[in-house]
Amino acid sequence: METFLQQIANGLVLGAIYALVALGYTMVYGILGLINFAHGEVVMVGALVTLAAIKALAAAGVPGVALLPLGLALAMAVCMALGAAVERIAYRPLRNAPRLAPLITAIGVSIVLQYGAVLIWGRGYHAYPELLPTAPLDIFGARVSPAQLIVMAVSALIMAGLLWLVHRTRFGRAMRATAENPAVARLMGVDVDRVISLTFVIGSALGAVAGVLVSINYSVAHYQMGFILGLKAFTAAVLGGIGNLAGAMVGGLLLGLIEALGSGYVGDLTGGLFGSNYRDVFAFLVLVGVLILRPAGLLGERVAERA
Amino acid sequence: MISGFRLIPLALALAFGLASCGRQEQTGTDSADTVRIGMAAPLTGPQADIGLDIQRGTQLGVDDLNAQGLEINGRKLKFELLAEDDEANPAKATTVAQKLVDSKVAAVVGHFNSGASIPASKIYADAGIPQISPGSTSPRYTQQGYATTFRVVANDDQQGPAVAAFVARNLKARRVAVIDDSTAYGQGLASTFETAVKAAGVEVVAHEHTTDRDTDFAAILTNIKAKQPEYLFFGGIYSQGAPMAKQMKALGLDVPLLGADGIQTPKFIEVAGSAAEGTYAAVPGLPKSQMPGGKAFLDKFQARYHKQVELFAPMGYDAVFVLAEAMKRAGSTDPAKVLPELKKTRYDGVIGPVEFDDKGDLKNSPITINVVRNGKWEVQEVVVPGAAR
Repeated sequence: METFLQQIANGLVLGAIYALVALGYTMVYGILGLINFAHGEVVMVGALVTLAAIKALAAAGVPGVALLPLGLALAMAVCMALGAAVERIAYRPLRNAPRLAPLITAIGVSIVLQYGAVLIWGRGYHAYPELLPTAPLDIFGARVSPAQLIVMAVSALIMAGLLWLVHRTRFGRAMRATAENPAVARLMGVDVDRVISLTFVIGSALGAVAGVLVSINYSVAHYQMGFILGLKAFTAAVLGGIGNLAGAMVGGLLLGLIEALGSGYVGDLTGGLFGSNYRDVFAFLVLVGVLILRPAGLLGERVAERA
Repeated sequence: MISGFRLIPLALALAFGLASCGRQEQTGTDSADTVRIGMAAPLTGPQADIGLDIQRGTQLGVDDLNAQGLEINGRKLKFELLAEDDEANPAKATTVAQKLVDSKVAAVVGHFNSGASIPASKIYADAGIPQISPGSTSPRYTQQGYATTFRVVANDDQQGPAVAAFVARNLKARRVAVIDDSTAYGQGLASTFETAVKAAGVEVVAHEHTTDRDTDFAAILTNIKAKQPEYLFFGGIYSQGAPMAKQMKALGLDVPLLGADGIQTPKFIEVAGSAAEGTYAAVPGLPKSQMPGGKAFLDKFQARYHKQVELFAPMGYDAVFVLAEAMKRAGSTDPAKVLPELKKTRYDGVIGPVEFDDKGDLKNSPITINVVRNGKWEVQEVVVPGAAR
């Protein structure tokens, strides 16, 4: 039982991270119908900028408590600028191009960012300082660190904030209008370019937060960290129904739980026939199953194919 | 595994592979007295630290050889190193292997990863070019029946059992768990360890798997914790080993981690921090400080690169000199003539006496067990083969 609870906790932590990154994918997809594969790299940039800032600030004698907020604020600013620049330079000129063109461009941006990071930070693994207390807490027999609780709490808060932004504010209404039909939204006086640009900016700021939380949890950062994470988060977004904010959260948590329980129990249940090396297989089997039964994802609405 | 997403890494690899072609143009003149030595290792990616270390060691070897001036048949030879990046990627390894063969190298020092050395070895074998790996430890590498495969490092058939002997005899363990990273290196290491440790009467309570790109091991560690092992053996490298050590502590799995050369680097301690304490790792060969040429080599390396030796630089260095020795004996740099001599060559290198058995494996390679104490790798014990079994 204790082991089971621990696996649930492991899955929830992993899932909260996937969910946080998945929000970035789903926001952009919701509004543009574009899969922004470079989002994983924004997460990586956020983690590495924070690391660099923290090192510089610590060297300048800034006290320990202020390091994380300052470093994170700087990383969010850098990532917001990066998100806006990527949208302006790489995606906006292709907005009316066939769907494949922006997709390939997104992969290109992802490579550019990865190797840009190599030029700045090198190729090695960087040790991430312990900025949050890591002494594990015992919750019903499961061990969870304060850092992991913060990961889950931040994910939930950001999720709630985004839902409020999209459904309760004037800007959110502009986002929804743009998502529904950009041409009509423009006629109604919505500055579509600005809405799209801001969507990227917000998504990138969330990416920076995700990057820092991931790195604190695993205590490493490196230039490839965003890639696999991005793929998993994208999978989570599809699982939950891409374009749907709550779906990203549900998909992320579900994927995390499937991975944790899958690799934890499959070996024992099948008598060693399938081991923990089948973890990704189960995650993708669930994805395929969901997509067969509900092509739009768990919470996705059936929408007409976009142009 | 068949999914559209899996195509993306492939597409990226292709794109980047293409982009990096044509970057390195041949600069050497094709004078008959210039001898090209190829080198291949992961110079980018998570294992770049290890690959660049090998490159530095090999380059130092070539430079020293040129400084000494090797003469064959009255002609003074100039050696030139062609370094290629295989990205620890089997597909890229075959591409760079072909490129080195096309560049008419006399021999190749490489590759590092067993998963890269093995596919590349067919290309070198077809071209009849000797390949000396400084770091590939999978037994399969030299068991393919090629006459061109050599290595200056102990193989996993020696490393895994050495750790097993240490665990069973010195640590008196009764229950151990095993994790491998699903690579040729990690799996080979884990399976030879498992076989040997079982033979010594120790129970293997779990064998879990991860990959060489994961950083989350909470699920498999939780599963292992429930089975109450006394030690956890990890077949893999530090980029997984270090986060694993931290997560073990976080999950309350307070048992020592065991591993091999892949985790025995300063980076492991840097990333794992205090969780690294008490980790044991086997390393092929003698401790750097106990190598016959160790001190002099470390000083020279430090003076030249202002960096510490990570691990395999001395092997790369010695590989160059073993080749030179075989060329001297053959009185030629023609691979066809050098190859038979390489089997008979005995050379006293930085790492100790280098001599190959009939498969191309290193004879009598001692194995050192290190432990992390006070944030540093310290020598725990030297296990000599034969005694390890």
